[in-house]
Amino acid sequence: MKQMDIDWKPLMLVPLLAVLALPLIGSGSTWLTLTVAGLAMGMIIFIIASGLTLVFGLMDVLNFGHGVFIALGAFVATSVLGAMGDWTGSQELWRNLVAVFPAMLIAMLVAGAVGLVFERVLVRPVYGQHLKQILITMGGMIIGEELIKVIWGPQQIPLPLPEGMRGAVLMGDAAIEKFRLVALVVGLLVFGVLTWTLSRTKIGLLIRAGVQDREMVESLGYQIRRLFIGVFVVGSALAGLGGVMWGMYQQNVIPQMGAQVNVLIFIVIIIGGLGSTGGALIGALLVGLMANYTGFLAPKVALFSNIALMAAVLLWRPQGVYPVASR
Amino acid sequence: MFKRLLSNDLPRDRTLAVLLIALLIALAFAPFIFPGVKALGIAAKVLVFLVLVASFDLLLGYTGIVSFAHTMFFGIGAYGIAIACTRLGATWGAVAVGFFGALALSFVLALIVGLFSLRVRAIFFAMITLAVASAFQTLASQLSDFTGGDDGLNFKLPELLSAGLSFSEEPFLGVALNGRLLCYYVLFFTALASLLALLRIVNSPFGRVLQAIRENEFRAEAIGYRVVVYRTVSSVLSALFATLAGVMLAFWLRYSGPDTSLSFEIMIDVLLIVVIGGMGTIYGAAIGAALFVVAQGYLQDLLKLGSDATAGLPWLSALLSPDRWLLWLGVLFVLSVYYFPSGVVGRLREMARDPQSKH
Repeated sequence: MKQMDIDWKPLMLVPLLAVLALPLIGSGSTWLTLTVAGLAMGMIIFIIASGLTLVFGLMDVLNFGHGVFIALGAFVATSVLGAMGDWTGSQELWRNLVAVFPAMLIAMLVAGAVGLVFERVLVRPVYGQHLKQILITMGGMIIGEELIKVIWGPQQIPLPLPEGMRGAVLMGDAAIEKFRLVALVVGLLVFGVLTWTLSRTKIGLLIRAGVQDREMVESLGYQIRRLFIGVFVVGSALAGLGGVMWGMYQQNVIPQMGAQVNVLIFIVIIIGGLGSTGGALIGALLVGLMANYTGFLAPKVALFSNIALMAAVLLWRPQGVYPVASR
Repeated sequence: MFKRLLSNDLPRDRTLAVLLIALLIALAFAPFIFPGVKALGIAAKVLVFLVLVASFDLLLGYTGIVSFAHTMFFGIGAYGIAIACTRLGATWGAVAVGFFGALALSFVLALIVGLFSLRVRAIFFAMITLAVASAFQTLASQLSDFTGGDDGLNFKLPELLSAGLSFSEEPFLGVALNGRLLCYYVLFFTALASLLALLRIVNSPFGRVLQAIRENEFRAEAIGYRVVVYRTVSSVLSALFATLAGVMLAFWLRYSGPDTSLSFEIMIDVLLIVVIGGMGTIYGAAIGAALFVVAQGYLQDLLKLGSDATAGLPWLSALLSPDRWLLWLGVLFVLSVYYFPSGVVGRLREMARDPQSKH
């Protein structure tokens, strides 16, 4: 395959932000801790945002109810991990991983299955009607959140990390929490699989073509609706996975967490350019780093800093860093 | 005269007219018909929500813009009065400073948000306003020296509006004539005037342009209307009315906190009311607000009955628990977006126009 022309400028934003923050923070070890934390948070956000941005790119459907799948995944994980107390309580890392892996898998399955129902019942009847889409998916989010409250109760549930993932590794003077490294690895894995699927398989080719020009793909005889359902389900499952990671990152879960994360996700996909996976990665890393740096430097304006970031990016590239054709 | 007052936008359906008149009478004489502090509180809440929801209808129903930052302006109104009255003492000057300060802030913010993001498509605007609103809410709870943080602010209003002041020794028709009653009527007439003003706006030539933009933006632009300007003016107007609703809330509660004015739950409530009441019909806001606020109490009681009756079936019982009333409203919301996009009011009007559909 011929080497694609890659637009490098947006890629430089991430290291640029990290370097700019260094003199402001002062201490190198603190900077390293914050940077790793930011990258880990960014990876988790990317896992969640990638599905949403593809769904939008492919079908012009913006799912305001995406947050429900995040919360759902996290709550399923509390149940699964709770049932496997022997394994999570163990000191050995491999036994922890054996516990966490099925938790992630089940969370993804449940979120994906609910995503299928969500698409059928709520999203399908309102294709192409933006106003109704926003309202309906918002309604779906209200219902989903309430159903989670019915099943797991409205209170906050702790989601303790397995023993082996607690604590920190020392790198020089910088303390780096182990779980953040796990999050980085999982995020890179998801990004790798996603990029491979999108760039090297036929399905990926169809998805990319559909994002660029839906009607053309349809006229070539491919059923884009079926493809879309697949993307929606995978996107929901990824949100479920992201929910598990986010819950473990925060170490507790509440039914409203979906709505809270949703705000960050929207900022990310706007920065990235709606429909662009690579853009979502850059947006997520920027948001993650920004949140951690400003959380340290000026905690009161943490959320505003992300909005300022979004405004700055949009002034530079009004369609997001990687604009997708025909949008 | 009557027609002029309603800007020629009559209810156009007998049932709707009866409902509206009943609502007007109930609210006008609420202190005398429904005695008791709680009932009066509910009536005042209906008035506040009526203005808030009607102003949102101008945006959503008439201009076709989905904004999630409406509670931000509501909160600015409530906090404006609260902060001014705590800092400057309980004087009329402080109330005026708070009121006009809040209006000015809302004006500027709505203008900025509008000019920056109304050029883009509806979806972008919805996402950006969601982000801005949640950042604003975080800011309000972070700046605790100024806003009281999560606890909010308790404050005093000028003495004329407080319950301690009596105008007459004798109760009139069993109701004590005190500052609290006066405060209720201040709210009532403000709400009535706002509603008539909004009716005037949406039925003016300006309102017609807004509806044209809602129906077909491209065409409106082609005819020669500057869509961005009209949309921005509409969102600024709507923000100002929302601020007014916030001021009314602060007047009534003498308290302002994140949960009563800024929270996302209120935004969802407003969305539910507009859609269920009827988008694009200012009357829908009135009917919807009354239904919703009453249902908040009534539906919960009904669900409690259902929950107790099905105590044998834990699953069903949990679904019917009174705490889950929002679940059922959510279902109603989704159903009404599908089947009655024009809400209660629109449905009534359709039945009046076309009796065939009354089966």
